[in-house]
Amino acid sequence: MVSIEINSQTLTAHLSGDIDHHTAAAMRTEIDRAVKSAPIDKLILDFSNVSFMDSSGIGLVMGRYKLINELGGKLIVADPPAYIAKVMKLSGIGRLCEIINTVRR
Amino acid sequence: MNGCINEMKLSFIASSENEAFARAAASSFISLLDPLVSELAELKTAVSEAVTNCVVHAYRDMPGGIVYMQIKLFGDRRVYIKIRDKGCGIEDIGQAMQPLFTTAPEEERAGLGFAVMESFTDKLRVKSSPGNGTVLVMEKVLQERSPNECKANLSDKSGRKLRTCTPVR
Repeated sequence: MVSIEINSQTLTAHLSGDIDHHTAAAMRTEIDRAVKSAPIDKLILDFSNVSFMDSSGIGLVMGRYKLINELGGKLIVADPPAYIAKVMKLSGIGRLCEIINTVRR
Repeated sequence: MNGCINEMKLSFIASSENEAFARAAASSFISLLDPLVSELAELKTAVSEAVTNCVVHAYRDMPGGIVYMQIKLFGDRRVYIKIRDKGCGIEDIGQAMQPLFTTAPEEERAGLGFAVMESFTDKLRVKSSPGNGTVLVMEKVLQERSPNECKANLSDKSGRKLRTCTPVR
């Protein structure tokens, strides 16, 4: 599931639940629709409430990087749980975007 | 006692909805060995990658294809997972296992399935040939759990809570 929050020129997509091949497609559509309809220069993907992610989530991040990059903006990945951070590290996705850890709510 | 102490077999249709079902079933069965939360998360991810490969690649042109999953638990805390399909098979296994290699970039497949399976298990074996399906075997030895661990080791290096003898939310 995705909930979208827009603050000034930053769009935050709060992702929750499982990210796998089955769920990633709907998440992708929802995020892209929001990104294309708002004048933003920063996209934050908030992973703090993601309960599971396999490499489909890496595809999701890579695809959103491509989109925001084409629009001249920046992508940030926020608060991936420890083992999801491990999948991200393995993929080398940190070279495309900043991975940050904010204070846990 | 290092022999097989428990075993399950499951077959299901290779649909994307069943990816979550497969990892939930695997997770539930492997939990009988009382793994760490991190070990269970890694094995769930490996199973998810293997089953997704069956859905996305093996049975791409064969709707209704069946995925066969077998899990064995051993006395030495070894988990054996076999995932088999009767789909199209892999022409070049070496190439398929290369990180970032994918035949489905337009679907945003990252080409990391085998890299994740390799990284999250101790052993990965793949047997396949075109037209004859694929057999994938993964093995992982879980950490020993001592009776003192419940009090002594409540969190892992990253600070996440581990499964203990008492229920964790």
